[in-house]
Amino acid sequence: MQTAIPQRSVRWRYLKQGLFFAVVRLSAALIALALGGLIVYIVLHGWEAISWEFLTEPPRDSMTKGGIMPAIVGTFYLTLGAISVALPLGIVSAIYLSEYAKQGPLVRIIRIGVNCLAGVPSIVFGLFGLGLFVVFLQFGSCILSGALTLGFLILPTIIGASEEALKAVPATFREASLALGVSKWQTIYRIVLPNALPGILTGSILGIGRAAGETAPIMFTAAAFFTAKLPSSIFDEVMALPFHVYVLATAGTHIEATRPIQFGTVLVLVGLVLAVDLVAIVIRGTIRKRKRW
Amino acid sequence: MEDHPVIRAKGVNFYYGKFRALTDISMDFEKNRVTALIGPSGCGKSTLLRLLNRMNDLIDGTRVEGEVLFEGKNIYGPEVDPVEIRRRIGMVFQKPNPFPKSIFNNITYGPRLAGLSDRVELEALVERSLKQAVLWDEVKDILGQSAMMLSGGQQQRLCIARALAMKPDVLLMDEPTSALDPVSTAKIEELIQDLKRDYTIIIVTHNMQQAARISDKTGFFYIGRLIEYSATEKIFTRPDVKQTEDYITGRFG
Repeated sequence: MQTAIPQRSVRWRYLKQGLFFAVVRLSAALIALALGGLIVYIVLHGWEAISWEFLTEPPRDSMTKGGIMPAIVGTFYLTLGAISVALPLGIVSAIYLSEYAKQGPLVRIIRIGVNCLAGVPSIVFGLFGLGLFVVFLQFGSCILSGALTLGFLILPTIIGASEEALKAVPATFREASLALGVSKWQTIYRIVLPNALPGILTGSILGIGRAAGETAPIMFTAAAFFTAKLPSSIFDEVMALPFHVYVLATAGTHIEATRPIQFGTVLVLVGLVLAVDLVAIVIRGTIRKRKRW
Repeated sequence: MEDHPVIRAKGVNFYYGKFRALTDISMDFEKNRVTALIGPSGCGKSTLLRLLNRMNDLIDGTRVEGEVLFEGKNIYGPEVDPVEIRRRIGMVFQKPNPFPKSIFNNITYGPRLAGLSDRVELEALVERSLKQAVLWDEVKDILGQSAMMLSGGQQQRLCIARALAMKPDVLLMDEPTSALDPVSTAKIEELIQDLKRDYTIIIVTHNMQQAARISDKTGFFYIGRLIEYSATEKIFTRPDVKQTEDYITGRFG
């Protein structure tokens, strides 16, 4: 005979479940609210500053008027440069760590090192870039130095994401390929990497956002306080959106007067990052579709 | 009938780290025969199978002692390239594992990377391999579609076709029907009977009836040792060893 379950206990369980779900929903709502609030706040304050002139003209009158075009271009170049450095290097490192290296103390130490790198404050990267690229290698303060510094900053993110994506490729694919007398490198190149690519790109999106938004690493390595002309080579100094905001908000002579420009710049920065994200998402989508045939 | 061993294992010991998974295995696998390896889980039969085309190389911390001779040459010799061995000795796995590619590209993947690039030859190879695996009639109109859309049984036959496309001498099969329904299983068993005309087949199976139905010789393994190895008919009717009899009659397992 089964003992009847007391009605009260069931009701209490439903109550607990309801309570738990409420907490979960509330947390989700809070996060959405924080993000939404941030964006709404930026849009509301920055909207009036946005105009065709703002996007296409260099600053005028001690940066209290005019546009931010050189900073947009600068941030674009820096981000593109950082990704071009970090993505190949990160993917290759991840392939080594998860496919080739014999799992042991050495690999563990490298992994810990990579994770530590991810936790290093960005200003430290800035000083490192200043010491290595600007001074020692004599690149000077320029796009190249800034892009390399930002590249190193986002390298751990890319390595981590790539490793996860490589690990997520089923071992049975590798076995199937190797059992056909296909070499290890060809197996990685033809089977593992294509299947890991969507995951790798997803992880890289985070890196892109970070590279575009960081101020400290480019302060000493790439960013100019003001330059009206556009860079003609990777050895030119550039303005950058985050640094421009920092300058206007702290070092300018008209901090209050340039508030709208500051918010406008932030809005453009957020828009730019979202646009780059969107491109990465579209690329990822097409790769995924191609995989299905 | 005369014996023509294609593969001979001689005094093979195999270790996962400190654990010895195989002890002193010596057995011959004959040409154009189906050899079944049976025994309870963990007895080492799959380990032995994977030794024969060096798939165990992929696991860190493993060690082989003894010799595995393929056409008279030790495949664990220092000058031997495991990639070359795996081209000659194909493998079909327990779970169907097609690549997330089209049916056509699943079959041509290996041959292409081995250097075959002529479109006409590739097409002929696809047709030949799929016919050998008795899958051609079902998929000939959908070669461009993803292999992932096929049923489990079809996927496994595709994997067999994919292995055959490399024109191997030996086909190793690791419980190839354990994930399939009875109808698909019957098809694959029939297929194995046809394939032994051209190939040497070594199959690991948990299914005793299957071993009795399709194999010419059967080896019974227990705790890493080869207990008994002889003609399938003899193993299943009058085995020499008590342990074998107990196992095939279901007294332990």
